Amino acid sequence: MNYIWLFLIITSFIFAAINGKMTDVVDAMLKSSQSAVTIAFSLIGIMAFWLGMVKIAKNSGLINIFSRLISPIMKLIFKDVKKDSEAFSNIALNFSANALGLTNAATPFGIKAMEDLQKENKKDKKVATNSMCTLLAMNTAGFQLVPASVLAILVAAGAKNPTEIILPVLIVTSISFISAIIISKILERVF
Amino acid sequence: MKEILNTISVWILPAIITIILLYGMYKKAPLYEDFCDGAKEGFWVAVKILPYLVAIMVAIAMFRASGALDFLYNILKTPLETLKIPADTLSLMITRSLSGSATLGLFSEIVNTHGADSYAAKLSAVITGSSETTFYVIAVYFGAVGIKKFRHAILTGILADIVGIFCAIVVSRLFFYS
Repeated sequence: MNYIWLFLIITSFIFAAINGKMTDVVDAMLKSSQSAVTIAFSLIGIMAFWLGMVKIAKNSGLINIFSRLISPIMKLIFKDVKKDSEAFSNIALNFSANALGLTNAATPFGIKAMEDLQKENKKDKKVATNSMCTLLAMNTAGFQLVPASVLAILVAAGAKNPTEIILPVLIVTSISFISAIIISKILERVF
Repeated sequence: MKEILNTISVWILPAIITIILLYGMYKKAPLYEDFCDGAKEGFWVAVKILPYLVAIMVAIAMFRASGALDFLYNILKTPLETLKIPADTLSLMITRSLSGSATLGLFSEIVNTHGADSYAAKLSAVITGSSETTFYVIAVYFGAVGIKKFRHAILTGILADIVGIFCAIVVSRLFFYS
């Protein structure tokens, strides 16, 4: 990440110098740091709500029951996670919320799952484990059944048959979702 | 199909909340106390992810503003046009992993300039709808638990996005190209 970050900023400087866009770059720097704050803080409300709900479910034992129920499937993908880990139900909830296009609800579940995986991380707490990378791959691939925001834009623009994109999107998102998991499984041996 | 999925999307969260509360009541858990106890973490999650989000979003915004993407765009433009891929969708493909709001902006722009029923609009719709903003997801999820060494996470995200873009091109060609 050090190198990617350095690369992005240094190339920005070089290209800005060549293209004479230094003011744009400075402007982007100020604006985007502001919008990072807006995004992080806009998560607080929904995050607090779901973390509260997850806490109730955890203390009443519901999470535990659900985790045990789905762990046989989850074990196939997350091999090094403990069999009765609570991470499983949070991963399943994260996946389901994403699939239904409920990104706001998916993020708290995903973060909770990351925390569960971090608890099981017996090595360096700053280094991602294999399971963390797989969970991340599942999320960056962005599997969803109906692409709501895209449909909304097409409908607003007066498309004749906007729903015709649903099937192609479903095919593509499934393929990239599965390949994300496979790629992360292959790369975890290398890194 | 779409109606069913919409109904599920609307009903699922209230249903989950009800189940959690009813089961908690059955187990005689202190619902309100537990809720508030869990909810107070919400603020700290936001605080924890903030530095990661600033680092990544600022670097990407600077990169986009510097015109470095236009350079990449100019190199790839001609080969793509010979493959009958509309050049405007190229900037969308490059932006997809970097910025979610910029992607939706570009997508709207393509829909408006090419028309909502054009091939360019449909290909863009498939690309936009079938992927997530890799760098944002990494910043939020790893930031929240203080992971600083990402190992293969970024490469995985980018490779999966590339696979996705190729599939989007092939599938759109089969479904929409005439």
